[in-house]
Amino acid sequence: MKYSSIFSMVVTIFILTGPSLAQEQARLGDLVIERPWARASIGTSRPAAAYLTIRNEGEESDTLLAVRTPLSGKAEVHAMTNDSGVMRMGPAGPVEIPAGGEVSLAPGGLHIMMMKLQAPLVKGKSIEVTLKFERAGEITITAPIYGPGATRPE
Amino acid sequence: MSTGGIDANGQVDRDGPPESEPMRRSLSRLRTVRHILWGVILLAGVGLGGFELWHRTRPDPNPTAQEMASSIVANFTLSTHTGATASDATYRGRWLLVFFGFTHCPDVCPTGLATIAQVMDELGPEGEAVQPLFISIDPERDTPEAMAEFVSAFHPRIVGLTGATEAVAAAAKNFRVYYERVEDASSPNGYTMEHTTSIYLIDPEGRFVKPYSYSATSEDIADSLRRKLKGKGQI
Repeated sequence: MKYSSIFSMVVTIFILTGPSLAQEQARLGDLVIERPWARASIGTSRPAAAYLTIRNEGEESDTLLAVRTPLSGKAEVHAMTNDSGVMRMGPAGPVEIPAGGEVSLAPGGLHIMMMKLQAPLVKGKSIEVTLKFERAGEITITAPIYGPGATRPE
Repeated sequence: MSTGGIDANGQVDRDGPPESEPMRRSLSRLRTVRHILWGVILLAGVGLGGFELWHRTRPDPNPTAQEMASSIVANFTLSTHTGATASDATYRGRWLLVFFGFTHCPDVCPTGLATIAQVMDELGPEGEAVQPLFISIDPERDTPEAMAEFVSAFHPRIVGLTGATEAVAAAAKNFRVYYERVEDASSPNGYTMEHTTSIYLIDPEGRFVKPYSYSATSEDIADSLRRKLKGKGQI
């Protein structure tokens, strides 16, 4: 009785987390792309943002060179710098993913800025994002679109 | 001659053989080098002091809460996202959470407004005495319609305020908010804005209380507001 309830609990946990884990992770060589998500855009004239974490399990660093999305005419990794309370934003340039380390793109920090949107990013839908790395090459991941007020992957 | 003493010429004997003429010359050269080095250090010191003085007299974009409290005047006359005129007096009797930004802001402003929306959700009915305001520092693009589209995406309680360039500049000046237009070819209309990202708390009498840092969590702000609401009672 006891064992079977533990067993069913374990099975339930696997059923609940298994598929979502599979969706939230993508692997490219030594790189693992985790928890991609994007914010719904408010109209198409305003730029939108997407976030994810890149983990490097290899022994050599890699560099994120470029990003692109089919919905946006131009996408770039942008960095925020907090200069005594004033936020300044600009292209981050190539982003190094150190060996054995990870780089998080998260609200208020590094983000994929999508400009010249051809269609709005609608909550509940998803967007394809292609990442181009110096060593590992290219990977296209699918990022779910959360509401405009989302601050973290749900 | 004894070792380690001072000789008849008053020169320190550094445990060496008596100084020869070339050594005397090189010693005096060393002395000159030493004087030059002291000069360099002195100049560097004066330079650093001057820089520090310049740095201190430069307007600080993020002064301490105390400095701010004495100089921030929460005065504005702007237009709401529904097109009505609103001033600070309109909101007397309510606590104000004031955040400056612009609607073409992809990361910082949505994150700030999301935090404010979460604060309002966490406060629930207690939040009736709190009015969140989002003031545009980009009046060129942020018409009341654009503000309506933007703020309504975050929370029904947030009021967006915009107005003529001068009215916006006056509000920012009163709040000591810094903003600057930055040309950026990749942005819509070829420019983006840099701005102060603190969230300002104004009390029901219209007095500035404190800034919340952009990195404050919604829990932090909600807790702080609850304490203020309890202290002053529901007004």
